[in-house]
Amino acid sequence: MDDLIIGGEKFASRLIMGTGGAPSLEVLDQALVASGTELTTVAMRRLDPAARGSVLDVLRRRDIKVLPNTAGCYTAGEAVLTARLAREALGTPWVKLEVISDERTLLPDPIETFDAAERLVADGFVVLPYIGDDPALARRLEQAGCAAVMPLGAPIGSGLGIRNPHNIELIVEAASVPVILDAGIGTASDAALAMELGCDAVLLATAVTRAQRPELMAAAMRGAVEAGRAARLAGRIPKRRYAEASSPMSK
Amino acid sequence: MNVMINGEAHDMPPGATVAYAVQALTSATSGIAVAVNDEVVRRSAWDTTPLSERDRVEVLTAVQGG
Repeated sequence: MDDLIIGGEKFASRLIMGTGGAPSLEVLDQALVASGTELTTVAMRRLDPAARGSVLDVLRRRDIKVLPNTAGCYTAGEAVLTARLAREALGTPWVKLEVISDERTLLPDPIETFDAAERLVADGFVVLPYIGDDPALARRLEQAGCAAVMPLGAPIGSGLGIRNPHNIELIVEAASVPVILDAGIGTASDAALAMELGCDAVLLATAVTRAQRPELMAAAMRGAVEAGRAARLAGRIPKRRYAEASSPMSK
Repeated sequence: MNVMINGEAHDMPPGATVAYAVQALTSATSGIAVAVNDEVVRRSAWDTTPLSERDRVEVLTAVQGG
């Protein structure tokens, strides 16, 4: 079996889903099932007494492991507190660490992220940090004890795909923890490319939840991740400048 | 006694506990977590943790996101 292993836990699916942006819990439920995901992110927010239904009910019903994130945090201190609240509310030490630098780009702040990662690892968390496509930072976070690294392909929700495939390859080459391409995926070929570059998994939300037909796009992403993974394992042919006949005229 | 619960002022009787403040918002006890003045209060301590004037209570739960 070609399982994804994060923090000692095995996953048959290499597609991690987010839940933001879905028009309803019903649509989200259908999309999650079609995606085949086994690990899905949620955010932590102030309780709304008027809210009906919960994303947690959907995940529980589908037996999907919950991965709380620290979305909305701008400092290490906020992120550490949010992670601790998530652990208390959801009973999991897993956290997708997300500390953003500004509202316009939502790009991750490397300094605050590293600070929070060190504190959370010391507190026993399984930390999956969302970072820029920076090989040096990825290596430092792995050394700090993170269970995976999650470089972005492009800004959150942008659908711009993988802007710097070379950096993603460099991160993959150096990493001995799983590399999860997070953010920027717009369509199925982006997810396939992430896996062809050697990423161990892909995390996406908007590309599915805001597609015209979320359930169909979720199925497309599932296929793309599987195809990209198989192509990576199979080993692609080298690129050449000129043709090479597949049926030579002579030996 | 005045305490802030999720950013809104609430009038509470003196000696009110974290559990009392949570009940002002919801009857749920699972899937939620509480911080008082930026420190997590474990569920097992809700009944025995008294609040003070002007405490900031945050009651959080999981929502769609990420």
